Amino acid sequence: MNNFNIYLIGVGGQGIGLLAETILRAIDYAGFPVKSVDTHGLAQRGGTVVSQIRMGENAFSPLIPAFDTDLILSLEIHEAYRALMSISKPGSTLVCYEASWQPLSVRSGKEKRIDKENLLMAAEKMKIKVLMVKDPKLGDSRMQNMVLLKKVAGEHLIPGVNQDHYIQALEDLMKGSALEANKKILLEAAN
Amino acid sequence: MKLLGEILLRNESFSEIVMGDTAVVRAMIEAGVKIVSSYPGSPTPEIAQAIQSIPVEKRPFYFEFSTNEKVATEVAYGASIQGNLSAVFFKSVGMNVALDSLVQLSMMELIGGMVIILGDDPGANSSQNEQDNRHLCRLSYLPVYEPATVEEVYTMFKEAASLSAELKMPIALRLTTHVCHAKEKVHFHPFDTQSGNLLQEFDPNHGPYIPITSEVFPLKRKALEKLHALQTHPSILSAKVVSSAPSKKGVICSGLPYLSLKECMQNAKEPIDILKLHRVYPLPEKEIIDFLTHHEEVKILEELDDSIEKSILALAYSRDIKCKITGKNSMEDWIGEYTPEKVQSLMHQTWPACFDKVKDPLERENIKPRPPQMCPGCGHRSAFYAIKKALPPDTITVADIGCHSLGFLSPYQMGQMLLSMGHCTGTASGLSTGNDGRPVLAFIGDSTFFHAGLPGIINAVYNQHCLTLVVMENGTTAMTGHQGHPASGENTRGNAPKIPVRKVLESFGIESIQEIDTYRQQELQEMVKKAIHEPGLKVIIAKHPCMLKFMRNKRRKGDVMIQPVEVDQDTCHQIYECIEDFACPTFQRTDDGKVVTQHDLCIGDQSCISTCPTKALKVKKGDPS
Ligand SMILES: Cc1ncc(C[n+]2csc(CCOP(=O)(O)OP(=O)(O)O)c2C)c(N)n1
Repeated sequence: MNNFNIYLIGVGGQGIGLLAETILRAIDYAGFPVKSVDTHGLAQRGGTVVSQIRMGENAFSPLIPAFDTDLILSLEIHEAYRALMSISKPGSTLVCYEASWQPLSVRSGKEKRIDKENLLMAAEKMKIKVLMVKDPKLGDSRMQNMVLLKKVAGEHLIPGVNQDHYIQALEDLMKGSALEANKKILLEAAN
Repeated sequence: MKLLGEILLRNESFSEIVMGDTAVVRAMIEAGVKIVSSYPGSPTPEIAQAIQSIPVEKRPFYFEFSTNEKVATEVAYGASIQGNLSAVFFKSVGMNVALDSLVQLSMMELIGGMVIILGDDPGANSSQNEQDNRHLCRLSYLPVYEPATVEEVYTMFKEAASLSAELKMPIALRLTTHVCHAKEKVHFHPFDTQSGNLLQEFDPNHGPYIPITSEVFPLKRKALEKLHALQTHPSILSAKVVSSAPSKKGVICSGLPYLSLKECMQNAKEPIDILKLHRVYPLPEKEIIDFLTHHEEVKILEELDDSIEKSILALAYSRDIKCKITGKNSMEDWIGEYTPEKVQSLMHQTWPACFDKVKDPLERENIKPRPPQMCPGCGHRSAFYAIKKALPPDTITVADIGCHSLGFLSPYQMGQMLLSMGHCTGTASGLSTGNDGRPVLAFIGDSTFFHAGLPGIINAVYNQHCLTLVVMENGTTAMTGHQGHPASGENTRGNAPKIPVRKVLESFGIESIQEIDTYRQQELQEMVKKAIHEPGLKVIIAKHPCMLKFMRNKRRKGDVMIQPVEVDQDTCHQIYECIEDFACPTFQRTDDGKVVTQHDLCIGDQSCISTCPTKALKVKKGDPS
């Protein structure tokens, strides 16, 4: 099996860590060798947060080699654009939750805001497939990561990993009403 | 749900996915460690989180956060000379604080054994430098082991602990950021459940433990003898040859760069042998000589400084070994983490025929990084916003380490220099000496106040310096993940005696001490305006609880009600004070220039409300979202 590399990006506070841990464990439940690393510095204070997951026997470092990401998962649109402009490779897929947490430079009008159109246009030029996700009915923004995961599971974006594996992983990580709420979002994918 | 505390105590053979920082805690338990101490600092606070996931009464060893790294080292030392196996952990720059005591350890008979876990930070992911602590280990005659994987963190800690107890010497386990934070499945083993009793075996005759003048020489000799004994000790793997096919070329490396090299090897045009070092000080000379003599060309692939390179060159010279050795080529080789990408380009420079250049397959726009920022509701923001307005433009502002360091960023630009934890009062004293024009104002956090802040403050009283010190009291060690500190009323085991910052300051005889909640921005502003022109040391304790911690606790209790602040579009004149001066991330700008609040971010703290010149910021009563 070839390696499969997943790059997760968002802003501190969006729940990238939980998303990464769920995917990491799901890949393990699916029976593949896997490793990961959260690579943020001071980022938990509102900066960019990145997690990297590497699947496959020949993945040695937890850090993804240059321009070798197969799947980018982003919880925020400016960060999706950043990933596109820094590490993406042609032929890969980007899934982005359509949330916008403007960086200071955008808020203060010094740089342009990135919207869906900007992202899609740039991605098309780079030959990167984009899937946008959004659930306008979602009450708790901290569950946007599950809406994104639903897309990943539903479209089988990680080879060999299916719904059950993601559910098993979630069951490792939470319990009670939190588990039920998260599972509910994920299971809607089946319909 | 899998609970970390239960995983750590599972007494059987099993595998689990864990982080490097967690694996080391399991290793402590299996090794029978009895006392652990630390001061928080990235990349190691997750070690403490893992320990604290075990309820206090079930913890197999005693654990404390000490006031700083030096004290933590002394606590672990004291435990070890009582006969108890101990461990201490801290971040890279923590070693500097620990050093005055640490440097003595190799001369002492550490009856119980003691492991020092270093969290170095190549890439300066969360540190003020990239210091390579192998230098300080060598200075301290402190052997260093360097794991590359999570599994190795676990096995090497156990081996280091047993070797340390056997040779009664300190041993360092040097982790780097992405070894600490890497996650993978590790196979764990059952362990002896120890009696909870701590040994009481201290006997001065085990020593001597007093190194003074000529007493130093026999102790130093003993330290050197132990280093020598370690080099010939059979028990622990000091280096390993990794070879796919015989090759005339070889690479010597260690730690995470080894894994980066393995990545690059997958597309290499010819096989290359690797000597992977586990012990980087003292170097495994025999294995290195062997490797050098069996290869025509050897590259030393060494992250940060060239300490291995220099030693190997000296070794090769003294043994008259003919192998061609290459190390660092340029200054850039000293800088940054040796990621797969960086190693690819270093290997390309070394052997271009064998390793391809790193090529970007796409044309890209250059995008500026998203700067970190203070959280919504952060009391530090309110303080910076108010204080900036109070200061004449020529004021010199001195930053210190903590979340409030972020005040140096736009739009506040409060803090113009930064050295190390607690430096601010000393630096401000120097800046104010002989300066009778420009006011000097320094910031310090409450954890830092106790860690290394006190000597500078006492000095300012004693030597009568003229400056304003703002203690940013948020009740916690926020930047590193909300650890307790002496004024917080909590320690690693629960409630603790509280040592209030104000009382400490009063005991120094400081006359001008004022306290204020930072949300009272107008009053804080007036207070600062007055203080900066008064003589002597003036302290303002600018308080507000860390709102990140506060909100987490609130949610944990099931309270999710938030009433977000709204912008009344009729009243808003688009002055942008909220976006550009107060700069809470909640405020967003629409394409037509309107200001709106992002409800996912707003915590309803209302610290922004008084900052709006037209009073357009409001909370819609009775409309919680
Ligand atoms: C010698 C040393 N030890 C540890 C650290 C890691 N560190 C960075 S910020 C910080 C917390 C400071 O807490 P506090 O002073 O209370 O400020 P806050 O983050 O709460 O605003 C620590 C411990 C460091 N930089 N240097």
